[in-house]
Amino acid sequence: MSADAERGHQQRTVRCLIAKVGLDGHDRGAHVIARAFRDAGFEVVYSGLHRAPEEIVQAAVQEDVDVLGISILSGAHNTLVPKIIDGLKEYDAFEDTLILVGGIVPDEDRPKLKEMGVSEVFGPGTPMKETIEFVRENAPRRD
Amino acid sequence: MSHAEDRGETRVDALVSDLLDGKHRALARAITKIENRSPGYRELVSRLHAHTGGADVIGITGSPGAGKSTLVDKLAKAYREEGLTVGVIAVDPSSPYTGGAVLGDRIRMASNVGDMDVFFRSMSARGQLGGLSTATSDAVKALDAFGKDKVIVETVGAGQNEVDVVRTADTVTVLVQPGSGDDVQMLKAGILEIGDVFVVNKADMDGVNRTVAELEEMIHLRDNPGATLDSGHHGVDSGLPEGVSGHEGAQESAHDGHERENGHDGAAEAKPEENDDAPDWEPAVVETVATSGDGVGELVETLAAHADYLAESGMRERKARTRYAEEIRQLLRNDANALLKEELDRHGGAEALAEAVAARETDPYAVADEVFEPLRECVEARRGEE
Repeated sequence: MSADAERGHQQRTVRCLIAKVGLDGHDRGAHVIARAFRDAGFEVVYSGLHRAPEEIVQAAVQEDVDVLGISILSGAHNTLVPKIIDGLKEYDAFEDTLILVGGIVPDEDRPKLKEMGVSEVFGPGTPMKETIEFVRENAPRRD
Repeated sequence: MSHAEDRGETRVDALVSDLLDGKHRALARAITKIENRSPGYRELVSRLHAHTGGADVIGITGSPGAGKSTLVDKLAKAYREEGLTVGVIAVDPSSPYTGGAVLGDRIRMASNVGDMDVFFRSMSARGQLGGLSTATSDAVKALDAFGKDKVIVETVGAGQNEVDVVRTADTVTVLVQPGSGDDVQMLKAGILEIGDVFVVNKADMDGVNRTVAELEEMIHLRDNPGATLDSGHHGVDSGLPEGVSGHEGAQESAHDGHERENGHDGAAEAKPEENDDAPDWEPAVVETVATSGDGVGELVETLAAHADYLAESGMRERKARTRYAEEIRQLLRNDANALLKEELDRHGGAEALAEAVAARETDPYAVADEVFEPLRECVEARRGEE
């Protein structure tokens, strides 16, 4: 914050996209996260259900979000997340977007996701505070 | 400082040329810079200005749940089918407590999924007093310079702040849903006064005819509210932006005469010819069902008719000039405020001074004089040199 203050009267707000991608139809968790992020003072763009990877890419690029949180419960993360990451690269948006995955991801899949560029995977039962702290500490600093 | 500034300017150079080259990422980044008031944003907007003026800017407002986002989605689709490119800025409120916001309008842009030529951007109010309209109109400039044919600004018609935002558009569209209150609602001041086009959405609901009739009566009655102000037949369109340009401005400068004067001059110049030749714009009422797309075609035609009217009557230029004048005033107010804030901090800050006032050691007027005096002296000295 003080660093920002030094840079003049700049107001920095963390912008997040909470994305539901693929076929799973449960977005209660995404709603809870969206609200918790809002209460943490973040600006949250919510994608709605059943989004295709390219829609998520379009939203992340146009909204210029600092953080992309992908919520997947259906087990399709291994096919969907790479598509999103490729799309972000295509628009030069990969480097400075913090990518998080939330939902049900088996332990053995996690290293691969991280290798791809996902910063952290948050499973069910992760305390909200932990996720918010992670975002605060790792959201890319840009100017 | 100068080193940092240099770097800032090179970055701005790159951003401007990428944006003008049609790179979406650069457009997105430019809007962020504008929203955050990041270093270099002024330079950025200055540089973009020369490339603006090509887009039709359409403001859409109305109470929450009236169906604005769905209608914007269908409008964008209709324009895309005509081969036009579209930019959308959707303004949502932010929390007064945390500053956080859920920006939920994007979700309804289903018809334009995967179509990068619809550039949709959510913006939050961020509690900026008067700054929201500046930030929004700067963002509109970015979309305009990028080459968008139509720029739609969507805002919740919940407060004065947003009335100011939507008024930065060439054409103001107000959405009303059937049964949204009795006829007294139609008498109230605010967004209903600034509409060029009224849309009764959800026209498949009960009470449509009554709502349409009430709107038409209101439009008829308001025939000439500006007459008592200063601008003749164009009171509806010109009287408001000119005479009462921004609630903030009106408050701050009601007595300085400057604003009034400008309003008068503009109106007086244009008055004779306007009265004789140019036809008035009678606000239109259009019925739509945004979810099914019914009536959207008619709305597109009505918006086009208003754009034609603006072009033929010369109102487009007049409105633009009014906007630029207001922009200049707003920027000057912001700069003066920033300078005053620094000066105030140098005197120990408002809280400490307030304490002294509460203890009856001094009073607000004395404090204001003390803080302001050096600035006045400086300016007067400079003026003397000229």
